Amino acid sequence: MIAVGERINGMFNDVKGAIADKDKKVIQDLAKKQTECGATYLDVNVGTAAADQHATMAWLVETIQETCDTPLCLDSQKPDVIAAGLKAADTSNGILLNSSPLNKKSDEDILDKYLDMAESAGPQGKLITLTMDKNGVPQDIDTRVAIAAEIVEKAMDRGFAADRLFIDSIVLPVKVPDAQQQPTNILAAIGQILYLSDPPPHLMVGLSNLSQGTTERSLINRTFLAMAVSHGLDGAIVDVLDEKLMNVLATAELLMNKQLYSDSYLKVYSGGSK
Amino acid sequence: MAVPKIADSYAGSVSRVVIGATSDSGGTRTSTVTVGGATNIVYGSTEQTGEKPVIAIDVLDTAPADWPEHLVEPYKDVLDDPAAWAKKAVEEFGADIICLKFDGIHPDQGDKDADHAVKVTKAVLAAVGVPLILWGCGYDEKDNAIMPKVSEAAKGENCLIGTVTEGNYKSLAAIALADGHNLITEAPLDINIGKQVNILVSDMGFPLERIVTFQSTGALGYGIEYSYSIQERQRLATLGGDKMMAMPSISDVGSEAWRAKEAKSTDVPGWGDAADRGPAWEASTAVCLLQSGIDIIRMRHPKAIETVKNCINKLS
Repeated sequence: MIAVGERINGMFNDVKGAIADKDKKVIQDLAKKQTECGATYLDVNVGTAAADQHATMAWLVETIQETCDTPLCLDSQKPDVIAAGLKAADTSNGILLNSSPLNKKSDEDILDKYLDMAESAGPQGKLITLTMDKNGVPQDIDTRVAIAAEIVEKAMDRGFAADRLFIDSIVLPVKVPDAQQQPTNILAAIGQILYLSDPPPHLMVGLSNLSQGTTERSLINRTFLAMAVSHGLDGAIVDVLDEKLMNVLATAELLMNKQLYSDSYLKVYSGGSK
Repeated sequence: MAVPKIADSYAGSVSRVVIGATSDSGGTRTSTVTVGGATNIVYGSTEQTGEKPVIAIDVLDTAPADWPEHLVEPYKDVLDDPAAWAKKAVEEFGADIICLKFDGIHPDQGDKDADHAVKVTKAVLAAVGVPLILWGCGYDEKDNAIMPKVSEAAKGENCLIGTVTEGNYKSLAAIALADGHNLITEAPLDINIGKQVNILVSDMGFPLERIVTFQSTGALGYGIEYSYSIQERQRLATLGGDKMMAMPSISDVGSEAWRAKEAKSTDVPGWGDAADRGPAWEASTAVCLLQSGIDIIRMRHPKAIETVKNCINKLS
């Protein structure tokens, strides 16, 4: 499982404060802790509060890289903010860009821009794409799969290998009215996207969104994670500091025969291969 | 038709372990051996095969009482003298490594003490320049009492010492770490226990890149398929990125093959000449296990060793 640690995100108050005060220690501690807990990549998102998003992205990248060499997952809906992070990043261990929809009303070519940047980072440059287009986030299974198919086709036409591509089927908060059908739709979509190419693209979710506003956040997250792993999910943006969640992840992968059993399997589980 | 190349790229690779220390690095060996390094399934392509497999010839600390006559024959003048035995194994039979096996400290096989084991270790170290494997008798109580002293006697020589098991690993792992040796982790033909021992040892602070795994060996006709499939699974786990399985591995072909009645019997006329049959049994076992991804093969009969060396040179 490719576990992307979600904590270095300006939406969290501690990170927001650290960005405002240029307090490196908070960021570096989070980077180290998440690495120890098994993060394959560290998500880097400047949030909405930063005055200068480009400079903040570059500062976060440099700050993290001063303390650990875990590959980064540059997270922004604005290509130029990603570009600023990419310029500052050491991509020799790999890098993940997060994320692009198929297209946007305001920018038909956004996917190409993200693919260009992922390619420019070398063979280890990878990209998360969303099953979303100019019409927004689809609710049903078929549209999700159709968008994913277009994304895979576009990438492969450009010679961008499917295994450098992550498809995020977009998890919506389960608490939102009428959204309770979404988790099963996502599982069904994942099961189909898996067959779009061989090797398949990586299948990814931003997990924590699922439990927004609920009273049992960790429980909901980890239960869905186990279900999704059983359908072929192999990547997730998660709270790697949530030990129970990481234990469920290790166990789900074990039961799917993706990890070799040993009595101490929980002790040595880490996100695994990039 | 040319054999197609099956180069591929995987998340993990077999670690490289260096055995032996020359004077540059504080030892007295005249050569070192590096094993491991494969980045693909076995013999996938030349570039991805890693280091060549090596042969460790067994030298026992005391003369064996139960070796079959055709195995005794090539060593008959040195069986009482481990140093001369080791010298012969290196100079005449081409051992890459000497595996000094302390059968004689076992309570049922001589119950020799630490002074004996230390003396033999020092004599063999002085007699040959190749790296050494120091292998206990398998009786925990005696191994825990004596192998730390053996380890200390070879301090700085960067030997490969073993074995440690799930139930008995602490004292030998600690002393191997202190004396700068590599370690053999043993499991009873059980891949899950194999992984567990590595985790336990690594939890003590023993570096993963100084471990060689021993999954136990079944000889041809006596469970070789179990050994084979376990080695295969170890390699696949390694390539999948499982760091707790990504070590080179060792196999004990010599003693296991020669336990088979097909190797040692001399009174079955229909089975052909025992002088050829025994070495053939040992060589067949070794060649089969080579193809499962073994990096170090413990062997005994010079004829079998010659066959297997030829095979290694052709395959690598």
